[in-house]
Amino acid sequence: MEKKMPRIEIIEKYCKGCRICVEFCPKDVLEMKGFYASVKNIEACISCMQCELRCPDFAIKVITE
Amino acid sequence: MAYDYEKYIRPGKLPHIWCPGCGHGIVMKGLIRAMGTLNLKKEETALVSGIGCASRLPGYIDCCTLHTAHGRAVPFATGIKMARPEMNVILVGGDGDGTAIGGNHFIHACRRNIDMTYIIMNNYIYGMTGGQFSPCTPTGDKASTTPYGNPDPGFDLAKLAIGAGATFVARGTAFHANQIDKLIVEAIQHKGFSVVEILDDCPTTYGRRNKYKSVIEMMNRLKEIAVPVKAAEKMTAEQLKGKVLTGVLYKEEIKPEYTAEYAKVIERAKAAK
Repeated sequence: MEKKMPRIEIIEKYCKGCRICVEFCPKDVLEMKGFYASVKNIEACISCMQCELRCPDFAIKVITE
Repeated sequence: MAYDYEKYIRPGKLPHIWCPGCGHGIVMKGLIRAMGTLNLKKEETALVSGIGCASRLPGYIDCCTLHTAHGRAVPFATGIKMARPEMNVILVGGDGDGTAIGGNHFIHACRRNIDMTYIIMNNYIYGMTGGQFSPCTPTGDKASTTPYGNPDPGFDLAKLAIGAGATFVARGTAFHANQIDKLIVEAIQHKGFSVVEILDDCPTTYGRRNKYKSVIEMMNRLKEIAVPVKAAEKMTAEQLKGKVLTGVLYKEEIKPEYTAEYAKVIERAKAAK
């Protein structure tokens, strides 16, 4: 069965640009684009949810099926 | 699947007021997950706080909430619990609010062993009022009122709670986010006074003055100093120097719970008439 890619949603309205998600992603999926976090390399995402867990601002959602 | 935090958040309240990188948001998420795991009913849960950055938390959560005077979360919460013992009473607050201004209330609630859960977010400083040192600021650290270093030794909050008679004491950190909800779940389930200390970061008033270049450095520090209780058993005193134990530090179920004991007093008084 083909692995379904997770989807990462970043709510820019809530993001305060603290970089926690970018720095602590074990697979280097995220990057900073200007003030906000953004997705760089979704193929590498293993849905470990660490970014979602550690985001203090409720700004990241990792959506898996 | 992404966790649905919205079900416990008051509509329109986000984004919250905390600074970029402040760990209070991480703790709030942990609390929401714990409430979800236990399926706490909003009308049967009271969230009480004093004053401070951390004490802003109940404003965002959709349940019975009470934002009280500085350091006075414990007396208000005790009132709720005594009047409605079936309610789940959860207190949130910072280290200054809990151990300095509300210090006396805190130790006596521990002594009474009243069935409440106190989540203390320890960021080592009074954040909201401008970075004054708190009883938890480590020796030598700088604050707005100790620009040449703090001469006082800091409290070990967990030891204070155990010494004062709390029956459940746990510690986590904002870095170890997936542990926070597990500790809070266990604390809420425990019948008696439960203290959960979460080591936190305050990049604005503490980090800036103490040579932490970024939130990431502060988070890495939390990662480095935390040692799980089980791992610490195999470590020497030398290796444990400067480290902080995390996990469930103390738990006992022998000491009677206060509201149950008080109900007995009421029964005795009625019988004596």
